Amino acid sequence: MATSRRTIGDVILTLERISLGFGGVKALSEVSFDVREHEIRAIIGPNGAGKSSMLNVINGVYHPQQGTITFRGEIRREMVPHQAAAQGIARTFQNIALFKGMSVLDNIMTGRNLKMRASILEQAIHFGRARREELDNRRKVEEVIDFLEIQHIRKTPVGRLPYGLQKRVELARALAAEPSMLLLDEPMAGMNVEEKQDMCRFVLDVNEQYGTTIVLIEHDMGVVMDISDRVVVLDYGRKIGDGTPDEVRASQAVIDAYLGVAH
Amino acid sequence: MDARFDTFPRLLLHHAEVRGGHPACREKDLGIWQTWTWREVADEVRALACGLAAQGFRRGMHLAIIGDNRPRLYWSMLAAQSLGGIAVPMYQDAPAADFVFVLNDAEIAYAIVEDQEQVDKMLEAMPQVPTLKHICYDDPRGLRNYEGMLPLDRLQALGREFDRENPGFYDGEIAKGRPDDVSVMLYTSGTTGKPKGVCQTHAAFIASARGGAQFDHLTPDDSILSYLPMAWVGDHLFSLAQWVYVGFTINCPESGDTVMTDLREIGPTYYFAPPRVFENLLTQVTIRMEDASAIKRWIYKWATAVARRCGAEILDGKPVGLGDRLRYFLGNLLVYGPLRNVLGMSRIRVAYTAGAAIGPDLFRFYRSIHVNLKQLYGQTETCAYVCLQPDGDVKLDSVGLPAPGVELRIAAGGEVLVRGPMLLKEYYKRPDATAESIDSDGYFHTGDAGFLDSSGHLKIIDRAKDVGKLANGAMYAPNYIENKLKFFAHIKEAVAFGHERDEVCAFINIDMGSVGNWAERRNLAYSGYTDLAQKTEVYQLIKECVENVNAELAQEGELGHSQVHRFLVLHKELDPDDDELTRTRKVRRSFVAEKYAVLIDALYGGKAVQHIETLVRFEDGRTGMVAADLRIESAKTRPVAAVKKAA
Repeated sequence: MATSRRTIGDVILTLERISLGFGGVKALSEVSFDVREHEIRAIIGPNGAGKSSMLNVINGVYHPQQGTITFRGEIRREMVPHQAAAQGIARTFQNIALFKGMSVLDNIMTGRNLKMRASILEQAIHFGRARREELDNRRKVEEVIDFLEIQHIRKTPVGRLPYGLQKRVELARALAAEPSMLLLDEPMAGMNVEEKQDMCRFVLDVNEQYGTTIVLIEHDMGVVMDISDRVVVLDYGRKIGDGTPDEVRASQAVIDAYLGVAH
Repeated sequence: MDARFDTFPRLLLHHAEVRGGHPACREKDLGIWQTWTWREVADEVRALACGLAAQGFRRGMHLAIIGDNRPRLYWSMLAAQSLGGIAVPMYQDAPAADFVFVLNDAEIAYAIVEDQEQVDKMLEAMPQVPTLKHICYDDPRGLRNYEGMLPLDRLQALGREFDRENPGFYDGEIAKGRPDDVSVMLYTSGTTGKPKGVCQTHAAFIASARGGAQFDHLTPDDSILSYLPMAWVGDHLFSLAQWVYVGFTINCPESGDTVMTDLREIGPTYYFAPPRVFENLLTQVTIRMEDASAIKRWIYKWATAVARRCGAEILDGKPVGLGDRLRYFLGNLLVYGPLRNVLGMSRIRVAYTAGAAIGPDLFRFYRSIHVNLKQLYGQTETCAYVCLQPDGDVKLDSVGLPAPGVELRIAAGGEVLVRGPMLLKEYYKRPDATAESIDSDGYFHTGDAGFLDSSGHLKIIDRAKDVGKLANGAMYAPNYIENKLKFFAHIKEAVAFGHERDEVCAFINIDMGSVGNWAERRNLAYSGYTDLAQKTEVYQLIKECVENVNAELAQEGELGHSQVHRFLVLHKELDPDDDELTRTRKVRRSFVAEKYAVLIDALYGGKAVQHIETLVRFEDGRTGMVAADLRIESAKTRPVAAVKKAA
């Protein structure tokens, strides 16, 4: 019934001829692609294809030796992660990176860090601006908790949660930053069918409700083909395919990369 | 209460007038308890009713209500009733295919549902339900691009507009209502055949609400947690009828998963739960105590022993020695008080359980820690109102005395018959069924077999139609045996067979939580339910339970012949999605017998192992096969003790 999902806008992120190497290892060579506003853009490829490196380049963890990145009309060569965050880019990680000993609520609150303006002193005595901000931020966090249906674990330490729920908490923390672009590194890895279905629904809901642009890496082809608008395919650090799920599925280069071919 | 307030909408207006600022309804939203006063609720209901009217909803129509316990769904029921319509709440966890029958049977044209999940089910059912035209939803999440349906906010906005344009309409509609109008139609879960719509009037539910309220001295200051399915008669009695009759506060939990936390935060004074909830709570407490430090375990053990000895007697106001009173006082300080607090039961004045038999040990445990837990007995057809246990006179194995206004007698065959203002008006469009269940004297045939003990308390044995005879002529009551088995925490469900057979055999469902924990503590590795169920150690564990039951049965005269000779542990949990249980989790005996005929043959054929493959339906509607080789075990039986003759 949900027919028209949302209108996909202009290109907001362009990656041109990106090359990244670690010593003698070429992680990415001359990869170019773009991301449009409000779309769900998937990056797929076999293990070691350079997918996570690509995300790391986008949010400034790695600095490519060559190539340019244009985000919302601004060209940059070098950026550090907190600048990316300030520009509205949030991400989740392949290996969950949460504070295990902290409650779900506190973990998600850390996603609001950049929205807090109060000084250390104000925060220490919980006074004035700090108090108002805390209330506002808590409200936003509660909306995210409601959105991702994790009310029942609000006060539970993250370390005690099963893997699937931890993944959801990580997504919650990223959402709490109210990002305009969300980078998801294998959000469904290690999940069972039911958890995957839930996660797909959340990703689609985020995209639809908040209009968030989503770049995701995923191995489950069923998931990728179902939810993404466009797919870019990497293999050995090179781009070998780019287009709609149907185009990518029909591409011989992609089939060869995935099924293997005699070289 | 004034006799003028003889329908639920009039009662609502009455509360809005006399206690307009008093909290009527709470719901936890975004982590905070939101409150609506009676005046606000009356206003919201008015807007909903006028909105429905603007959409063409008319007197006598049925309004389907589907979803978790949300304030606006309760208000929607009252809104339908304000217009002379009839609320038809349905079980929210049923798949779309199950809705089709009820939607067609009740000729539903209007449905108010909770969220996207339910909307999707309605859309799935729609092609087969030609009458269904109007769908409104409470929670708009994920529904932005759905066309042809209204969010409740919009419905209410339309209603307010309609109200302005048609002043006097709403009050006029309420004035037209009569107490003998049908107020709600609740579908019986149907252990046999198709569900039947039970038509209950305002008068019937008000009489039941009044009777219960007087019996337990309920006041507007009471507070309850509304968390049981809205389609279930018990919830309708407690969370709607008594709510609007007495004017207390209902609290809707944040979600199904947070009920226990919400219970603790609200601390209700009046509480209702089926036995399995009480059992789960106790299991959790026991498991956590096992992990506690030695000194804590010792204190807990000491205190529960004291409570077991004298706790229930103190609650009942019976004479207890000074020494035990002092020990109990200390126990209360150290254990019972904190425990009640953790369970969210600190403020409970009256707690009820019903729907299934509660184990005597479990029942006594709660009473012994000063939770006034009582049993009640009733059906959908009697507004869940037939017998109640009075304070201070609670017998573990009875369901209490006939409630105020209820006439009760036992038919020659042992069937319990009841008459009173709480009886159903009729089964919807089923005059045959109505005539069959209400006799010419106006007594409703409950279908339960029972007897009144010397002090007039009702004891229920079994469903009358299930009571059979063994081949040797001895009485055989399967539920009675199954309940005894289910009182063990390790056994979740049991199905006994024996009618016209030489001996009794049984299927057992283990309780995954309890047995799983037991296995972990013994370093017993298992991969899942099916694997765990077939472990030799688990069979030994279950065998002990069965043999305990046999020992008890041997002491009970004629029932001693019903000792379980052979049993097997099923490879999958019996599930309503596979039609093996009803939505209220009662075993559909004949269906199970048919589906697993090969297992019954194996039990009686003396086989040691039987292979079985079963189709199962997952929560998302897909199906799969579960296959297993089930072992069949014999249990020791004891000689039947001679029946003690009354002197």
